[in-house]
Amino acid sequence: MTNHWVDIKNTDLVLIMGGNAAEAHPCGFKWVTEAKAHRKARLIVVDPRFTRSAAVSDYYAPIRAGTDIAFLGGVINYLLTHDRIHHEYVKNYTDSSFLVKDEFAFENGLFSGYNPEKRSYDRSSWGYQIGEDGYARVDPTLQHPRCVFQLMKAHYSRYTPEMVATICGTPQAAFLKVCETIAETAAANKTMTIMYALGWTQHSVGSQMIRTGAMVQLLLGNIGAPGGGMNALRGHSNIQGLTDLGLLSDLLPGYLTLPRDAEQGFDAYIGKRASKPLRPGQLSYWQNYNRFHVSLMKAWFGDAATAENNWCYDWLPKMDKGYDLLQVFEDMGQGKVNGYVCQGFNPLGSAPCKVKVSNSLSKLKFLVIIDPLATETSEFWQNHGEYNDVDPTKIQTEVFRLPSTCFAEEDGSLINSGRWMQWHWKGAEPPGDALADQQIMAGIFLRIRALYQKEGGAFPDPVLNLTWKHKVPSFPSPEELAREFSGKALKDVTDPKDPARVLVKAGEQLNGFGELRDDGSTACGCWIFAGAWSEKGNLMARRDNADPFGIGQTLNWAFAWPANRRILYNRASCDPSGKPYDPTRKLIAWDAGVGKWTGADVPDFVADSAPENGMNPFIMNPEGVARFFAVDKMAEGPFPEHYEPFETPLAANPLSPGNPLVRSSPAARVFKDDWATFGKADKFPFVATTYRLTEHFHFWTKHARLNAITQPEQFVEIGEELAKEKGIKAGDHVRVKSNRGHIVAVAVVTKRIMSLNVNGKRTHTVGIPLHWGFMGLAKNGYLTNTLTPFVGDGNTQTPEFKAFLVDVEKV
Amino acid sequence: MALQSLDIKARSATTTPPPRVRDPIHVAKLIDISKCIGCKACQVACMEWNDLRDEVGTNTGIYDNPRDLTAQSWTVMRFSEVEVEQGRLEWLIRKDGCMHCEDPGCLKACPAPGAIVQSVNGIVDFHQEHCIGCGYCITGCPFDIPRLSKKDSKVYKCTLCSDRVAVGMEPACIKTCPTGALVFGTKGDMIRHAEGRIADLKERGYANAALYNPEGVGGTHVMYVLQHGDQPELYANLPKDPHISPLVSLWKGIAKPLMSLGIGLAVFAGFFHFVTAGPKEVEEEEERP
Repeated sequence: MTNHWVDIKNTDLVLIMGGNAAEAHPCGFKWVTEAKAHRKARLIVVDPRFTRSAAVSDYYAPIRAGTDIAFLGGVINYLLTHDRIHHEYVKNYTDSSFLVKDEFAFENGLFSGYNPEKRSYDRSSWGYQIGEDGYARVDPTLQHPRCVFQLMKAHYSRYTPEMVATICGTPQAAFLKVCETIAETAAANKTMTIMYALGWTQHSVGSQMIRTGAMVQLLLGNIGAPGGGMNALRGHSNIQGLTDLGLLSDLLPGYLTLPRDAEQGFDAYIGKRASKPLRPGQLSYWQNYNRFHVSLMKAWFGDAATAENNWCYDWLPKMDKGYDLLQVFEDMGQGKVNGYVCQGFNPLGSAPCKVKVSNSLSKLKFLVIIDPLATETSEFWQNHGEYNDVDPTKIQTEVFRLPSTCFAEEDGSLINSGRWMQWHWKGAEPPGDALADQQIMAGIFLRIRALYQKEGGAFPDPVLNLTWKHKVPSFPSPEELAREFSGKALKDVTDPKDPARVLVKAGEQLNGFGELRDDGSTACGCWIFAGAWSEKGNLMARRDNADPFGIGQTLNWAFAWPANRRILYNRASCDPSGKPYDPTRKLIAWDAGVGKWTGADVPDFVADSAPENGMNPFIMNPEGVARFFAVDKMAEGPFPEHYEPFETPLAANPLSPGNPLVRSSPAARVFKDDWATFGKADKFPFVATTYRLTEHFHFWTKHARLNAITQPEQFVEIGEELAKEKGIKAGDHVRVKSNRGHIVAVAVVTKRIMSLNVNGKRTHTVGIPLHWGFMGLAKNGYLTNTLTPFVGDGNTQTPEFKAFLVDVEKV
Repeated sequence: MALQSLDIKARSATTTPPPRVRDPIHVAKLIDISKCIGCKACQVACMEWNDLRDEVGTNTGIYDNPRDLTAQSWTVMRFSEVEVEQGRLEWLIRKDGCMHCEDPGCLKACPAPGAIVQSVNGIVDFHQEHCIGCGYCITGCPFDIPRLSKKDSKVYKCTLCSDRVAVGMEPACIKTCPTGALVFGTKGDMIRHAEGRIADLKERGYANAALYNPEGVGGTHVMYVLQHGDQPELYANLPKDPHISPLVSLWKGIAKPLMSLGIGLAVFAGFFHFVTAGPKEVEEEEERP
């Protein structure tokens, strides 16, 4: 979240789209009811289903699953054609005035530089025009035909209300009602918050859906403002912490990135990431990349990391390709993977296309399960009748099950969607032989290290030199690990403006990432967490909910990364002269008297940079402003374009009907054998989407009796129109088939799933909750991902769980 | 159970006058349906606090689970899909359970002394140790709430967490509700809170928003804020004008005096017989062992 849960109470309008906050985040949803109660805020829900969020909304609009870019592109078109934007904000705080290279083009659904064989783009034309001074060229009047504003306007002019209705199936009147309500927040003193979740991320164009939402928010001036923002509601407790700590295959902690194969030289690796400002007077904070990276290497390798060996740069893997979930299971299926460790992960249930996952797991030599529960994955080799019909005699994979603690049985920090790092204390001792995850990992590490010490090996250095200074080496404590990720001074750290002044003494915990150095004098395991555990102690354990400004920022409650800042880009809540756009919701402001930005939040800015210096609010970007034009950052192109899901009821993309290359995303990776597994609309005519129910959490809570009581048995939801067509009554058992398999479940027949007119054809949706499986206390059921396609987002490879095709029949 | 701070006002099949040393505080739970997201956290909290575990049931084609109130499920969500305005779907989610009537039909109907009590604060509570399992309370309830347990042939329902309220805590469901759809306090405060909610709903276009506190049962200590106060039956058949069943009136109104008369007549006949025939005389030998 750019903002945070409590801040939602400051909003005037809540748009829930690509998520179902009331159902998946019921506790956080209380802040929506606060906004409704105390600010008379309105709630709009746009979703393929009339959800429990819709049940308490002021307005609901239906949409076909997988078409959110078309809808939001239509909103952008509405805001631009009706001139309902926050002009000062758009002009000053976005790249709207930047001129784009002449070579950049968009034609027939494709951006310039497409290579159909590789299914990817040469992105070199996707950039700004750079002037002789080395800065990007701009036209502050926004009239230049190559300026981002004009290009954006032209791009989204195709997203008319008629086109939105054609693609999304949303009735025009409903779409326009949503546009009209959203447009009201273009006023400087009105904000809208967008709450989204996996309903946007789990598409082959999921990242671009989110970007389109962000563009709407930028046009309205809602980024950085209290009650505004783009608010990703994370799907798992601490999944925010997972991404922050870099537990993705191509990331290092704190959103630093692993080098690619071509990046063998350290200086080039750093140089590419430490972007210089693209406009005069801008901060471009990533210029400090080296400080974050070197401090990370010092945390990992201690004295072994030196300037001479480029801080052990050669020890880092150089990636030949991504090693995301889909890639790993593809490789596993090809017999290229010997062993796999599932730590708190149930891929047989959580990964798409169960048959492929099961076949892949069967080719492993060994599989390690670290989990508090008996997961389906740990039983993938067992025959569980119709729910897991495999032959154990044909599966040779050796499975090790290592019982671990669950979150309530351990101390540590959890990071919520609002980036709050909150320390927690265990509520109970773990049962039986369960060990904490770090105990299990330490056990594995110490044994491997001993093997390397004894036997040598091809490349022992990173293992032998890994920092491991724990009081109990076999059980690193959460406190030790937290101090490590927060960071400490290895030598005295001095003030660059006054080298005689020592900021932090050698051996002391750092106060924040401003103290990180690239000369090896600091160690920090995750730069964005710096300061969470300073010499003042464990700031994550703070529980002071005082709110002196009455705007819900509670700076002494836990610790929010970065720098305890609660609302990102909060400089943008003020006008260029430093005055809050809405004085009644003042977050920060320029105080000329003291020469500082002050207020209810930690300024996301150089604290003493006066407005007249002209530094812009988006200090992480080299532009200093937010991007409508994503330059070369996104796989599909600089402007989000609607592409159909990989399984779609449509024969062509209505935006570019003549180009078969762009029916679905031209930049999504599809493995060779998976093309044949995609179903077609003639056999599988209905749009399916998977989702959670409020009564359950993923595949965990079917193991808990209370949850099983409140939602005991697998079901699918179908609309009344489809039910009538198929002769299905509520409570009947139905078989839902995709081209990859089938499930059988009870039918819930409901008005809440509406049939829509899409591209001139009546289109039905099948809703498939995902919580069931063949382990646990709830009634056994099928794993929903038996049905889903093995394809992901072109940038993140997050699987397309939210839109695919099925057929339904009564059993 | 006897809880010192819960003065009992009425006790089934008993005429002992209630204690009056304390000034009564009337409590109420307010269920704001317009804020309810149907998360069932209240169901879980109820099961946890009251140490109840219903069966893992089945799905019958709707979201309601458990499917109905039982001796193990004292509150359930009832989901209704309605279109009050053409083309505008609403999903009304009503937390069902005991309404704690001011004029409780269950208590009136109950023949077992002390099996049902009403506290001065308005809570109607079942004391299962006195329950004889006759089920008259089920007939007596205008909301179809009490459920007879197959396990022990006693009747169970929501206690409004009388054990918690007696020690100054809110009911478990109130404590757990994430959106504030459930609130608890004095009845006066709850009515005032509801007035604010109703004004908000009217401003949002629900012209008929209203408080549900039906007079037919003397008002209730569990009240609803309804978006469509003129049509309570939209909410899974919430009765529009609930009254205690005439069978209870028959039992208490006509049948009971008739029966009392019958008992009186029997006593009188016995006395008459005694007067006319004298005491029964027993042969001496028969008394000997």
